[in-house]
Order: sequence, then structure tokens, then C-alpha cells
Amino acid sequence: MIGRHRHLIGLEDLSREEILEVLKLAVSMKEVLRRPLKKVPTLRGKAVVNLFFEASTRTRSSFETAAKILSADALNWTSAGSSVTKGETLVDTARNLEAMRPDVLVIRHAASGAPRLVAESVACSVVSAGDGAHEHPSQGLLDAFTLAEHFTRASGAGPEAPPDFGLFAGKTVVIVGDVSHSRVARSGLHCLPKLGARVRVCGPPTMIPAGIEKLGAEVHYSLQKAVEGADAVMMLRIQHERIGDPLIPNTREYSRLWGLNARKAADWLTPQCCILHPGPINRGVELSPDVADGPRSVILDQVQNGVAVRMAILYLLAGGGAADV
Amino acid sequence: MSDLLFIEGGRVIDPASGLDAVRTVVIRDGKIAEVTERAERPGGARTIDARGKWVTPGFIDLHVHLREPGQEYKETVATGARAAVAGGFTAVASMPNSSPPNDNASVTELILKRAEAAGLARVYPVGCISRGQKGEELAEYAELQDAGCVAVSDDGRPVSSPSLMRRALEYARVFDLPVAVHEEDLALAGKWSMHEGAAATRLGLKGMPSQAEEVMVLRDVALVELTGGRLHVQHLSAGGSVRAVREAKRRGLRVTAEAAPHHLALTDEDLARAGYDTAWKMNPPLRSAEDVQAVREGLADGTIDCIATDHAPHSPVEKDLEFDAAMNGIVGLETAFAVCLGLVRQGAFSEKRLVEALTVGPARAFGLPGGSLARGAPADVAVLDPAAVWKVEPERFHSKGRYTPWKGASLTGRCVYTLVGGTVVHAADKEGK
Amino acid sequence: MSAERVVLDAAAVQAAVRRMAAEIGSRARGTDARPSDLAIVGVRRGGVHLAERLRAEVARASGQEPPLGTLDIALYRDDLAERGRAPVVGPTDIRFPIQGRTIVLVDDVLYTGRTIRAALDELVDFGRPRRVWLAVLIDRGGRELPIAADFVGAPVEVAEGEDVQVRLVEGGAAVDAVVARPRKA
Repeated sequence: MIGRHRHLIGLEDLSREEILEVLKLAVSMKEVLRRPLKKVPTLRGKAVVNLFFEASTRTRSSFETAAKILSADALNWTSAGSSVTKGETLVDTARNLEAMRPDVLVIRHAASGAPRLVAESVACSVVSAGDGAHEHPSQGLLDAFTLAEHFTRASGAGPEAPPDFGLFAGKTVVIVGDVSHSRVARSGLHCLPKLGARVRVCGPPTMIPAGIEKLGAEVHYSLQKAVEGADAVMMLRIQHERIGDPLIPNTREYSRLWGLNARKAADWLTPQCCILHPGPINRGVELSPDVADGPRSVILDQVQNGVAVRMAILYLLAGGGAADV
Repeated sequence: MSDLLFIEGGRVIDPASGLDAVRTVVIRDGKIAEVTERAERPGGARTIDARGKWVTPGFIDLHVHLREPGQEYKETVATGARAAVAGGFTAVASMPNSSPPNDNASVTELILKRAEAAGLARVYPVGCISRGQKGEELAEYAELQDAGCVAVSDDGRPVSSPSLMRRALEYARVFDLPVAVHEEDLALAGKWSMHEGAAATRLGLKGMPSQAEEVMVLRDVALVELTGGRLHVQHLSAGGSVRAVREAKRRGLRVTAEAAPHHLALTDEDLARAGYDTAWKMNPPLRSAEDVQAVREGLADGTIDCIATDHAPHSPVEKDLEFDAAMNGIVGLETAFAVCLGLVRQGAFSEKRLVEALTVGPARAFGLPGGSLARGAPADVAVLDPAAVWKVEPERFHSKGRYTPWKGASLTGRCVYTLVGGTVVHAADKEGK
Repeated sequence: MSAERVVLDAAAVQAAVRRMAAEIGSRARGTDARPSDLAIVGVRRGGVHLAERLRAEVARASGQEPPLGTLDIALYRDDLAERGRAPVVGPTDIRFPIQGRTIVLVDDVLYTGRTIRAALDELVDFGRPRRVWLAVLIDRGGRELPIAADFVGAPVEVAEGEDVQVRLVEGGAAVDAVVARPRKA
């Protein structure tokens, strides 16, 4: 259970306290990652099924690693195409997998709402690993964790200091890119304001969805204005299929206006501003390589924190007995 | 001796004649004999006690999908007609997107034969605008009308080609057939699952803006001006469409419009609260609160002529899926009156407008008989209990369709008797409810 | 107020800690362990402050301050399936190599032995210590596993239905005390 929840479908459903429960636990989980023997027996005998209807090596490996460190058995079930085209409905697939008695079903699907549909039809816990343009809750949590680490370092605390989740107050985080198709942006918008941060979104108007300001976002079309005084910038991946959608004319013009390179970073960003990216990066489009690998980048921290946050999620959902609810 | 039926003591609401008073409706040999304050009831006459009830002309629904022929697993003419009379509807217009589509006399005749066999609601087939609903060539309107079609429509899909739409409006003039259209600019709408707005953004679902409907209404109003044809805007959902129709009527163009109960009652935010429930997915989608308000105003001021359910039954095969993958369409015949009566209680429009939009409004829009309690008219009558409180249990529907956003809701207002041609075809108390 | 009785007062707690520290020192001298090989690890949460006190006493006596760590055993519990919710996980903090060291594992109350079983499992995941000793302030009996303490502050006689609580000033208590009281339902 994460607070009141048996499933993790989206951060919209989570309160500030529930988000903090996961983040604080992830601190302990990250300590396990630093041990000489990176394995704890916690979820021995528990089974985690990764049900991926969309290719995603990163997220799937991260969940798989998290499960294995906690000694859970991890089974990966990947479907190349959508379930519908295979003549088997999503609900059927989930129920078939449930017959293997998993404790947690981690699901990635191209259709928004698919994890919720599965959650309504199976008995085990369901974790969304990203659904359509809806949410990517574990990514939102790992981004928050990474930001808290960065804010803690920037506050002058020592390198060993644990992340202080109280430091979001007064901070500004800018999300740049194709917000309309981004589940990462939405999970960020459902998480960061609850922790006290302000969120700006920036991109061409064709990539800013209707009513995003109702999620608490301040909308900017100019990157320079958007990042003014910002404490962190999250660059979203530009999907090549959006070009000629026609959301943008081409990557060259996009990169010129909304991409981040070393010169813009030096001229426009405050010294303590860090850069995040959910990966995989289109180097030279939204981020130039020198920025992606530069000192402001916390992209590799995000990857490691992803494992810790997912360990925390799996622990909270599978660590309790079956008799709850 | 003639057959006599007295519906006694009810509040008779007959907007066609302006009557709204406690009266007795006398039915002789299947026709309205008189609507009177004092009736001498001879011995042997049957009676219906309508005290505390409304007595209105039978409702007419210009937009129903009966799914026959071809998709009988979703609905048949008989089950659809049974659902209709349970909801107080004595006549329904059946949309032509069956399989095969109703673009020729044999399909029209089949529908009419099935309707006659069912012996419940009157069924008025609507033929296709284009052959096979492909949007390429005109269907044979003369053949369709001769066989019994009362209008043409390619419902389910819009008439994307402006030139085909122009020719349809022109050609239909010969037969004075209304050209009923599903207004959606497919290119502007794109691949969508709901209305475009903050709710769609939150749910991460692709949105379709209201303007995808409005631009087509504007186009077709212009084409009515060009052709002098007769346009009927189906399931109007956007505020801009209401303005376009209002302006067209002001200019005296032959434009009528319908709105569905769900577009009058529910918003995209309501859908979001239901959380990817495909019983809330239909085309056009549930719109913004501003659109809903404009549609209500359009119904109140007469811009919108009638309430039509867009009753579109589906089976779990089409609906128990991801929201994106599920088909559009919900059932409506058995909930329409109660839902709309609820809106009257909220002050959205008057009781008179409600009854008008369910009776004489649709009758005039398609030029159908019925819709009034005029002497000599066929006795198509609904007796309604405006105070009956009931819970929507889709598994008890007469329709084969089970998908409704009102599942589990408690509604007020229910049809207790439905008469078609003087015959009682529905009596709620015989159902143990 | 429930019927709470003090089984060890502040002076007795202090005396017990001193005595244990002295015993640890003399036992260590009887082994091959050099003073620099000693390390003290408190089991969260009850053992953490006791471990700090023991370390201070050992340092005072030997002149050498052994490294200090904490263990949180939540990830090593054997009763996850019987609990409604996953237990809260606190920090485990061992920043020194334990390979070859003599580890003094510290807890406040030794009861069933299950916590110590978990702590031993977790400890060996950090490396292979030369030996592990167990020091507890209170041994209340009632073992469910074959585990015994090497150093005991005070054996305490308590009824099966009683809880023993160690309250230290570092944990917010007004004065140090060990109390027994009826277990809450």
C-alpha cells in the first residue's frame, strides 16, 4: 500500500504525504544500491511481472533490477504489437498473466488508462510504467528524488547528506518540449507542485496541450524567458514521428528555438540550475552532447534513482501481506 | 361496437396545441377521439388511471441505431423498438449504418418488416446519403423514399466532400427529404478519444475540438443557402454549432437540429471523473461546460428542434477495451426522459420545451405524422410518472446495449404506459417495477 | 494511567551500560582482536542510542573510539506476509568495512531473537566479520530462535503479557528508565 492505494496508476491520485512516503523510502533503497552486496531478501517468494506493450528497455530494466535487488522473481512479458491487433484483449492478457499469481503487475501501454483498466480486472497490485500520454508515475517520482538531491547539494550540504524533500518550496522547474504527448510532463505536473515547486512548461504552441495551465503550469513559448531564474530544466525527448505531424517544421528549427546547447545554458541558466532528461536523448535536437554530459546534467543520477524509487514502489505494494485492503 | 380507452385524470401536455391541463384522453379505434375535461365513460370502456401522471404524445426519436441488418448481436429492430416504448418513444428513426448499409429498398423493406413483426414502436428508416456511406456517389433517394425512408444520412461518418454534400442537398429537394448530417471535420478532428480541453490533457487522451463540428455546420449552412436544400444537424454538441444554426434559422434557411440527452447533461470533466469508463465514450464526445450550457440554451430558445438519443448499442467486444480502442456509442432510449426531466428541474429549459422537443419538434423536423394529440391522429401516447425514482440497472434494459454513463445512477421520471395506435405496448407495472 | 512499573531507574541504566562496556573491553583483550578491530552497530531503533553510549564508554576505557553504525532490519524481516502494511524502513548506515572486524551488535531488549536473526543476516551482507557479539540492555527471555546475548545489562523478569520499554534521554525521555507495562491490545 502506498498510503491508501493498492495500485500506482498516476501521481494525480497521490497526496503530498503519499509521495513523500515513497521518496523517503527510496533514500533507504538507494543505500542498498551502495552496498557491496546489492541484494536484500525482502521480497523473496514474491513475483513481479513486467507487462510491456511498448518497447522500453530502460524502464523495463529498471523495474527488473529493482525487483531483483529486493529478491523478487521478475518475469518479463513483452508484446511487440498491441494486444488488440493480436486478437487478445488487454484484459484477457492481464488475466492470463494473473493466473501465474504475481504480486505486482508492472504495465506499460500505448493507450492512456490501460493500467487502470487492468487494475480493475485483476486482484494483484498494478503499477503503471507509462500509459499513452497520461502518466509515468515512477518517472515523476524519480525526477522529484533527483531534484531533491540536487537542491540539497546546491544548498551546501555535504555530499553524504540525504536529500531534503523540504527544499522544493520556492523552486522553479521548467519542462521543455512536446508536453502534449508527454506522460513524463504530466506526472511532473501532478507531483512537483504538491512538493512546493512551481512548474513552467515551454515549447511551441503546437506542443502545449489545451488547459495545461489548469494543472498548475505557467506556459511559455520562449525558452529564454521560461528558464529565467529556474532551478532545474527538464528537457523532453522530441519524437521523430511528430515532425510533419505537423507540430514542428523540422528538428533544425526546433533545436534552434527550444533546444539547449552550451551557449544558451551559459547565458540563460543560473549557476545552480540542473538539467534533467527522461531519456533516451536525441543528442543535438533537444540537448547538445556537451550539455547532456556536462556538469549541470543529473541524467545519470536519474537512472540510478529510478532503481531506488522503483524498489520503494515494489516494496510498498508487495511488502505487505495479502490480507490488507 | 368500437374499442374505447379512457386515460383519465392526468396532466395532458400537448405542445402542438398548447394544451397543458388535467384532461381525459379518449381513444377510439386506435385514434385520438377527444381530449376533454368531462368525459362520459360508457360501460365496457377500458381505462388507464393517470392521476399524478403526465399524458403526452408518444415521443419521437430521430436518431436511433437498431443495428439490423448485420449486427444483431448488438441490437435488433425488435429489441430496439422494445427499448423505445419502454422509454416512452412511439416512433424512432433508424440510422442507415447497418451492415449492409441502408442504401437500397431491400434493406429499408427488411427494417420495416421487422418493425411490423415486433409490433411495438413505429420505425422510420433513414437511407444513406451516399452509396454504401462511402461519401462518393449519391444513393438512390427515389427508391429509398418509395420504400419508406423519411430522410437521408451517412450518420457515423460525416459527408467530408463539400461537393457531394452540395449535390445531396440539391438532389434531395426533389423528394423534400431532410439531409441529416453528422458534422465532423475529420482532418481537423484527427484521431481522437474525447473533447479537447483540460480534461483530455489530464487524462492524456487525444482531444477533438468543438470547432471540428462547428466548421462543418458553418459549411453546410452555406451550402443550404446555395442549394435551398433541407439540412438537419444531428447530435449537435458544440456552442459554435448552436450559434451557426441560430443564425441560419434567423435568416430563414431550412435548417433543423437535434441534441442528445448526454450532450445536454454531461461534460468532459464528468467523463474524466468516471476515469476511462468507455460507457462515456461517444461521437461527438462530451463537451465542455460552456458547450453544454450553449446547447441547453439552444434547446430552450428553439434553435435546437428536438432531443434525439443517438441510441448506439454496443457489445463488450467493442467496449470492454482501452479507452482509445473502444467504439463510440451509448444507449439512450430508456434513460432519455428521466435525464432530460432532471435538466428541467435544474432550470435548463421548461417542461413544455422538454415535451415539445420529444414530440412535435422531431415530427416537424422530419415531417413525420404524430407528435400531437390532435383529434383523429393515431393514438400514440406516453403516460409518464414525473416523480418515479428509479435506479439505472443496465442489465435490466430492454435494449441489448448496456453501456450508459448513468449506470447505477438514481433518476427521477419514468414512462409507465406507452400506446401505439391505441394499443398498450408498454406497461411498467407489468414488469414488477 | 496503566499499571507501569520501573524495572531499571536512571542510575541502574547508567551502571549497566558501564558494566557492559567494561566487559566488552576485557573480553576483547582475551581475543586476537586489536582495539582498532572493534566496531559497534546499533539495531534500529532501540539499539542506536545504546550503541552510542557503549561506544563512548568503550572509548573512555580504551582511549580508542570504535566506528559506529546502524542497521535497520525492515528489509530482512521474516513476517512481511503476516503484516497488513509493509513496515517503515529506516536508514542503515555502515560506512566502514566490516571484513575481519569484531562487531558488537547492540539492541535494547532481547526477546524472541527474530530481530537479531534479521540483523545478523543483514550484517553479513556487508562482508564477513571476524566475529559478532551481541550486547543488550535487557534480556526478558521468551526466545523463539537459538540466540543468546554475550553481554546483558540486566536480566528482567516480566510476565508474558507485558511489554518492556527502554526510554533514554537521547530519545526524548525526561530521565533514563526501563519500564514494564501491560501490552496494549
